[in-house]
Amino acid sequence: MTKQVKRSEKKSDNPKADSDLTETNTGVKVKLFYDPEDMPRFDYETSLGDPGQYPYTRGIYPTMYRGKLWTMRQYAGFSTSENTNSRFKFLLEQGQTGLSLALDLPTQLGLDSDDPLAKDDVGKLGVAIDTLRDMEEIFEGIPLDSISTSFTINSTASIILAMYVATAEKQGVDPSRLRGTIQNDIIKEYIARGTYIFPPEPSIRLIGDTIEYCIKQIPRFNSVSVSGTHICECGATPVQGVAYPFLTGIAYLREVLDRGYDIDDIAPLLSFHLIAGGVQFNFFQEIAKLRATRRLWGKILKERFNSKSEKAMQLKFSTGGMGGGMTEQQPLNNIARIAFYALAAALAGSQSMNLPCFDEAYAIPTDEAIRTSLRIQQIIAHEIGIPDVVDPLGGSYYVESLTDFFEKEIAAEMERIDSLGGILRCVEDGTIQKQLADQAYQVQKKLESGEMIKVGVNRFEIDEEDRELEVFEVDPETRSRQIDRFNRIKEDRDNQKVELSLEALKRAAGEKENLMPSILDAVRAYATVGEIVGQLKEIYGEASPVTVF
Amino acid sequence: MSSRRPIRVLIAKPGLDGHDRGAKMVARGLKDAGMEVIYTGIRQTADSIVRTAVQESIDVIGLSILSGTHLSICEELMEKMVKEDIGDKFVLVGGIIPKKDVNRLKEMGVREVFRPTSTLEEIAQFIQREVEKR
Repeated sequence: MTKQVKRSEKKSDNPKADSDLTETNTGVKVKLFYDPEDMPRFDYETSLGDPGQYPYTRGIYPTMYRGKLWTMRQYAGFSTSENTNSRFKFLLEQGQTGLSLALDLPTQLGLDSDDPLAKDDVGKLGVAIDTLRDMEEIFEGIPLDSISTSFTINSTASIILAMYVATAEKQGVDPSRLRGTIQNDIIKEYIARGTYIFPPEPSIRLIGDTIEYCIKQIPRFNSVSVSGTHICECGATPVQGVAYPFLTGIAYLREVLDRGYDIDDIAPLLSFHLIAGGVQFNFFQEIAKLRATRRLWGKILKERFNSKSEKAMQLKFSTGGMGGGMTEQQPLNNIARIAFYALAAALAGSQSMNLPCFDEAYAIPTDEAIRTSLRIQQIIAHEIGIPDVVDPLGGSYYVESLTDFFEKEIAAEMERIDSLGGILRCVEDGTIQKQLADQAYQVQKKLESGEMIKVGVNRFEIDEEDRELEVFEVDPETRSRQIDRFNRIKEDRDNQKVELSLEALKRAAGEKENLMPSILDAVRAYATVGEIVGQLKEIYGEASPVTVF
Repeated sequence: MSSRRPIRVLIAKPGLDGHDRGAKMVARGLKDAGMEVIYTGIRQTADSIVRTAVQESIDVIGLSILSGTHLSICEELMEKMVKEDIGDKFVLVGGIIPKKDVNRLKEMGVREVFRPTSTLEEIAQFIQREVEKR
């Protein structure tokens, strides 16, 4: 099948020029060029279909970006609710179309700001939320029916969602009009990100509770954003970066299916957050992978779950190019990397983007760096003609054969994990963690040996002037201010009402009812995140960590 | 040197941040360089780290911190180490550490800070050298 290629005798700068088959930076073997023989089973209708048609390879909407640009989000939110509120207003004025709220680690782990374990982390990587009051202030003057908000929250997602709903009620906004996403994906926390609290089983039950609540009460809210980005940062290959989120998503679907719901009501509430960028970024592969992702999900829903609804079969995904691809050396080079990540995501039809920032290897990104990443998105959207044509790479011999390749590989990896007992089993016994740690180590070795080229790091290095970028710093008084607020609320609230709501919650947790109504009651009474989690810990216990390396 | 036991390293992840790819990678790199490595896992406190260091007769403690909490964490840890009488063991810090904080960490007694530009080889060689000095 491989044709003989005539080559000039001239010596090439490209070390790969001597072989017809070469391995890319992600270990995929590619040919020198592709032609019709590389897509023997290609059939336009079944392989692609028009945009908006099953199997959605070309995009889930007929008009894609002509109809609606992707949502531009940059991750923001820090220290206290007032700071975050003004940052949000700034971003909305700058033309950002969706908000993305970062919560500090204590909030993500269900610890109140006065908890001794939280002392170094209050307001550090995001805003501290202890009670409903904090949420009310974050969105003060921002009507919740006018925006969509994405929350990076997992173990405590049900509580944060309840607070968002209660804030809407206070603003006089009908909660059914709320739009946004909670990450609410616990499995990747055990694998890669670490903000788990409870053991897997009750954690998945809580996710089921939030999905069920969203189906009934706030159907425009994505109740789970299954994430591939963190596991990729942690060493997963591009194939695993889709296969594991798919297996995870299926586990959540099954949890709710088991409660008697219809697949076509559940699946539309699921979205995915996939990597476009990072250490193992390869431009065309990333595009092909994302196209394959859409097609494979469509097929899984139709063939395995007998879905009848377009909305259920259409895979919604946002992309993030995570900070792992950013270098400290020659940091302005990162702006170019970010632009390529974003371009790949746009060419693949991502619904929403958040990009890393060029100073990410130094510290928490500054305003300037966040704005630059937003401007990159705006340049792609408004200056260089990308949104005009849907799936412009469709039909390319190379991209189509890569798309087929990724579809097959992702499906095979899903089968492999299922044959080992399933995703949950492989996470509980550390199989996946160990594998990712191995892979991450191998990549690092390749970077250190120069086998994998990173410009400015192991090639084209310069003696850099001792550059010190402006570094974003959190006000050291944040914690004490947050604790003062917290104490004031504890004095103001009706403590008896709080007690009763917490008791009711604990009872519900013991009786396997859906917990959302009890969590909402507790939140409305201004119970703290720590108090609510404390009740649940008594019933559910805590997860034990895996420390393989 | 050859008659001595292998260097014992504790890689610890203090604070609430759970991103431990870097910590695991360094642990693995040092193990491959012939050291005995224990990884604490995530969410450690200064107390738990010092306790493990004492129990495991550790020579070197390596902290991985990405969340901007390095100053307060190191201050507390260095104090506890002196109190527990393991002030002679040395501490290394790796992670997202702004350059301007490097000297402050060293003033507290941190032996060296490895930022994102560092390689596994550099870290291993540094530890070998420092242990031989003693």
